[in-house]
Amino acid sequence: MCLGIPGLVTELYESNGMKMGKVDFGGVVKEACMEYLPEIKVGDYTIIHVGFGLSILNEQEANETLELLKQISAAGEQEVFGG
Amino acid sequence: MTGKPNFLGWTCPRPLQGYPTIIMGHGAGGKMMADLIQHLFTPAFNNEWLGQMGDSTVIELSSLVTRPTSGNTHLTSPVPPHSSLAFTTDSYVVSPLFFPGGNIGELAINGTVNDLAMRGAKPLFISAGFIIEEGLPMETLGNIVHAMAVAGKNAGVQIVTGDTKVVQKGHGDGLFINTSGIGVISAGIDISPRNAHPGDIVVVSGTLGDHGMAIMSVREGLQFETTIQSDTAPLNGLVEAIIKTTDILATPQKFAVEGVKNSKVCPIHCLRDATRGGLAAVLNELAEASHVGIEFEEKKVPIHPEVNAACEMLGLDPYYIANEGKLVAIMAEDAADKVLAAMQSHEYGRDAAIIGRVLAEHPGLVTAKTSIGGRRVVDLPSGELLPRIC
Amino acid sequence: MKFIDEYRDAELAQKLLGNLQKTITRPWTMMEVCGGQTHSIMKSGLDQMLPPEVNLVHGPGCPVCVTPLQLVDKAIALASRPDVIFTSYGDMLRVPGSTRDLFAVQATGGDIRILYSPLDALRIARDNPEKTVIFFGIGFETTAPANAMVVVQAKTHGIRNFAMLVSQVTVPAAISALMESPDVKVDGFLAAGHVCTVMGYWEYEPLAARYHIPIVVSGFEPVDILLGILDCVRLLERSKYEVRNAYARSVTREGNKPAQTIISRVFEICDRPWRGIGVIPQSGYRLREEFAFYDAERRFPEIQTIDTKESGLCISGLVLQGIKKPHECPAFGKECTPQKPLGATMVSSEGTCAAYYRYGVLPSSSGKEAGIGEYPFHKGKVSGVRSNDR
Repeated sequence: MCLGIPGLVTELYESNGMKMGKVDFGGVVKEACMEYLPEIKVGDYTIIHVGFGLSILNEQEANETLELLKQISAAGEQEVFGG
Repeated sequence: MTGKPNFLGWTCPRPLQGYPTIIMGHGAGGKMMADLIQHLFTPAFNNEWLGQMGDSTVIELSSLVTRPTSGNTHLTSPVPPHSSLAFTTDSYVVSPLFFPGGNIGELAINGTVNDLAMRGAKPLFISAGFIIEEGLPMETLGNIVHAMAVAGKNAGVQIVTGDTKVVQKGHGDGLFINTSGIGVISAGIDISPRNAHPGDIVVVSGTLGDHGMAIMSVREGLQFETTIQSDTAPLNGLVEAIIKTTDILATPQKFAVEGVKNSKVCPIHCLRDATRGGLAAVLNELAEASHVGIEFEEKKVPIHPEVNAACEMLGLDPYYIANEGKLVAIMAEDAADKVLAAMQSHEYGRDAAIIGRVLAEHPGLVTAKTSIGGRRVVDLPSGELLPRIC
Repeated sequence: MKFIDEYRDAELAQKLLGNLQKTITRPWTMMEVCGGQTHSIMKSGLDQMLPPEVNLVHGPGCPVCVTPLQLVDKAIALASRPDVIFTSYGDMLRVPGSTRDLFAVQATGGDIRILYSPLDALRIARDNPEKTVIFFGIGFETTAPANAMVVVQAKTHGIRNFAMLVSQVTVPAAISALMESPDVKVDGFLAAGHVCTVMGYWEYEPLAARYHIPIVVSGFEPVDILLGILDCVRLLERSKYEVRNAYARSVTREGNKPAQTIISRVFEICDRPWRGIGVIPQSGYRLREEFAFYDAERRFPEIQTIDTKESGLCISGLVLQGIKKPHECPAFGKECTPQKPLGATMVSSEGTCAAYYRYGVLPSSSGKEAGIGEYPFHKGKVSGVRSNDR
């Protein structure tokens, strides 16, 4: 139910009384509504669904997960998540 | 004729200049239509066959091979025995008429040239039928016709006959074009969708999905900013380069055998341009016609990063997106290296790549090795491609 | 593409699969709720790479599939009106109503436009003051903020020629209903990553406690889904019934507060019928009284009474609840294919039946009468491609 794609915010502005932005998806740029992300800044990555930004991607979380994944060995049953 | 059409420079500019748009009278067969033909179509296409101005254009059979056709003459003897005539038709209804990288006119020429080339034919003569919606600006028609003339020259074909009709406003999308084409296939060339064999190699001539996503990028409700352009191109030169890697053309008599399904005779087994339905449609049709299985590797398929990104954004599968200047070639394994090198040396094959193989397993089905090492079936596309929200 | 490609890495996927293999000691049935996850699993071939102890069933997470037949018929009735421009997300156009689909309406002259973003509906309304623009507002909670914003904007800017046909559904109530059903046997859930991006995951904690099921919020790429499955299995193996977040780069426990605020302002919770399943209490949204003017069902009261006729053969309700798999339906691949679908699950691009048909589970395309699990996916015959004798 949720085709949401991560994109890079390259511009922020107002249009029709709404906070809007230009989002770059790997070279393709589309306008999206940022009303739901009051803290978003240019340079942030966001998940866009039907032309609306829904979250600011937490790069730190993403990197930590990927690092953890790279360390797990296929043979052992290691904790991927704490607890 | 060079450059854009010059409405002022025509010998009798007044009749056309007086009509900034096409009206019903232009299709009525009378003076207005004659003016349109004389002052728009004929100057653009400009050749002796069109100059005949008869109900049909007459082409002497000997001229199929002895008459030079804009420099590309590898057939210099009278029609050799066991040569074949290739004949095709296609209609072009694209909307919008102009899109990044081209317009309907170029599609109309290149598309029909390509249909001929995919059977290994040398495309020679094209007909062009125009169904014009009343109200189409004359300048728009002029620009499209000019683009067709340029495309024709680029492909080495002549537009030798045509037709014009005008329909009432609201009954057409601005302009529909039908082009038919004839070409000649040399003896020994047996390229058919039924010729694929297990063990054959599958090659694509370049990046996939460019045309379809270029159209998508200007489509109302979906539009996005991108550098993607349509890849519309004539592929007959590329096909010639592919066939030249075999020695069929050098010694046509040696290969004057009909209907032989033998890879030693013609190692190029199948050629298809990947238009509507994209790679998936072509591979499925070939798998079905040849009764073989086909498997390709997702990561080997060349796709422009922006095309990929646009597909992700809209939830589309790049294998189903239309192309207008790309072909899929299936050939004997030992021909692959030579063919790939020849393709990559050609302007329309720079990004050519081997993407898969023909198998004996699962005849009629196409499968793909996915990016995570799994396997999926790549089915025929069903109906119009729809962007999804899920 | 950043934040996508890393999660399609084959090596990481293999590592997680190996880890999963070591962790799991007995069969577990897990349901992923989101159609987007189903699509991703089938497209990457992930389901056939999972250890045999993992039984992945697909839930009703496709808003296209669960939109009630009556609403589709209402949409068709509205779209057929000459004074209406009907706008929709692409997925809905092929969904069969009682007698036809929106595509068929378009073919008979209905003005139907596909939109990527619902905000474009307002632009169309402004450009066409003499028509009423209706937007088909389907979706789960992920899409609710977008659909809500359109209504708010219409009211704020006084756009009177706009209305929304609402088909909003919510996940937690569906999970409750599934767990209450005696036919559904699910041990754990993968919650939908983008639904939870909006709503957070605190709503799932009482569900986990009440039904003794682990619920793991998961993303959409193959590595994300594997992470979700792995975590769910770990919890099951230790009988821990918790809610965990395996998509922390986008999801927080509280979710997106501004989005939730607008949703509550525009919508209120109501009972909703789910196609093929029935009415699930408190499982959807309707427009609040303050926005009643924008409710298409109230603006066009004549569509309140519409006769509906569901196909007798279609078992999409059982598929949506994970009770049956698509290939267990007698009509699958025969009377029901993506070209001629009987129910929504075969139409929507992330509907389970369509996913099974497109990506893996096919009857013979050469017309041989064969059961699924035999040709061509006979276990062992086509190595690595899924067999379906689970």
